[in-house]
Amino acid sequence: MREPPADTLRAGASTPEVPAIEVLSAHKTYPNGTVALQPVDLTVQEGEFVTLLGPSGCGKSTLLKMVAGLLEPTDGRLLLWRKPVTALEESRRKLAFVFQAPTLMPWATVASNVRLPLDLAGVARAQAEGRVAEALALVGLSKFASALPRNLSGGMQMRVSIARSLVVQPNLLLMDEPFGALDEITRHKLDADLLELWRTKKLTVVFVTHSIHEAVFLSTRVVMMAARPGRITEDVLIDEPYPRSPDFMVTARFAQYAKHLQDSLLRASQDTTEDAAS
Amino acid sequence: MKPATALLASHRVQRVLYPAAVLLVLLAVWQALVIGFKLPPYLVPTPVLMFETLATEWQSLGGSLLVTLKITLLSFIAATVAGVLISFLFVQSRVIETALFPYAVLLQVTPIVAVAPLIIIWVKNPTASLVLCAALVALFPIISNTTLGLRSIDPDLQSYFEMNRASRLQTLARLRIPSALPYFFGGLRISSGLALIGAVVAEFVAGTGGAATGLAYQIMMAGYQLNIPRMFAALLLISLAGIGLFALMAWLTKLALGGWHASELARD
Repeated sequence: MREPPADTLRAGASTPEVPAIEVLSAHKTYPNGTVALQPVDLTVQEGEFVTLLGPSGCGKSTLLKMVAGLLEPTDGRLLLWRKPVTALEESRRKLAFVFQAPTLMPWATVASNVRLPLDLAGVARAQAEGRVAEALALVGLSKFASALPRNLSGGMQMRVSIARSLVVQPNLLLMDEPFGALDEITRHKLDADLLELWRTKKLTVVFVTHSIHEAVFLSTRVVMMAARPGRITEDVLIDEPYPRSPDFMVTARFAQYAKHLQDSLLRASQDTTEDAAS
Repeated sequence: MKPATALLASHRVQRVLYPAAVLLVLLAVWQALVIGFKLPPYLVPTPVLMFETLATEWQSLGGSLLVTLKITLLSFIAATVAGVLISFLFVQSRVIETALFPYAVLLQVTPIVAVAPLIIIWVKNPTASLVLCAALVALFPIISNTTLGLRSIDPDLQSYFEMNRASRLQTLARLRIPSALPYFFGGLRISSGLALIGAVVAEFVAGTGGAATGLAYQIMMAGYQLNIPRMFAALLLISLAGIGLFALMAWLTKLALGGWHASELARD
């Protein structure tokens, strides 16, 4: 049995660890005055699987996009391995972002969609082809290399999107509600596959979702967020061993975690309702 | 009988067969009406007479068709090249587009019949002046469609390109141009028809005689001579040229987008 990477990393740290992500009182206010995210602090250690969980409008996507450098914070700092995201190359780490939609180029084959980040980085064609084949094998789509995206199901398109993120051999994987649009059976399958990739590739993952069950099933840690204004309300450690099988979802422990998060969500939304009433 | 039934059921065969059947019925009704009402050929010729005239006078009519087609194609190519270059310029910055777009509209709304005499005076070479007139007519749909297309990119894909530090050129070649293709081909379809209209209108205005006369000139001359069957034959050739151009554009579109774009995917 393999040990959960997060715990191994934490236990085996002899030198002071450099956290994968540090969010230092970053906040986001739009020019029209809407507060998308109040100042938040968050540290993610290497090897963690952290889920940002909350209702729509709680700023979870905003936070993730700020970490990825897709959005500028109004104030505050975001560091990846102690470097700003623009200087990530200096730390020899790579990040990959998976969007809510597959975000594939409809005119390009599966293989050339997956090759895109390598092409943009100027990786030689022969070397790139090998890595594309590897990434497609990881998500089980080797047979579909020359298919066009629209001939694939939604779940398969999402796999292509994940293969495209894996092809750059990232250390950090940021995922913005990647399986939100899929049916539940496909979602469970992809969740399980994602956990397997996380364990074997020793990734650090930050995963955004509004599904409590998905959050408990996947994460080493769940960061609860609330809306209006967006903020972090609670940080819950899911102290359960890996690998987690679907059976985990029908245990009493799972139900306890889910109940706890459910109550926490309700409390947070009640606070907001009272704020609005006063 | 089975293969014949299968052939009839095929969508591609139906697409040729159904309009062809309509055409035959229309021609028959036309023929019957002209004969039935005893209409003289200097008002309405029968379709049979029209085809006969086309065959007997093919020497001059066919030559005119080539002249009109040459002007149409040259102006269409010129409009496409110019339109695409202008679109690339427009998408470089909003300032450029805002500053120049009204002039593109001006080009579109000014009737070519009004501008043509000026162009014919200014440009010495008759072919060049006709091509310029027709190109002006065909230009606008290419500019507006291609510009719209170059801007119509998936915002998430754009973010993805930014995140991967794609250069301006990479974004143009790998994202903007492929995204723009469906719009561009839509523009081509409209413009190919407009180029033909432009070529005919310009020739009407220019009224050039001599050896290199186009179909418009043939129609005018036939009108003066009340040679209506000849006029119909020339009209038929213009229509056929237009249909041919449209079919060519449809084929090109299919070739470029057939695999992936919703508009070109078979529904059966």
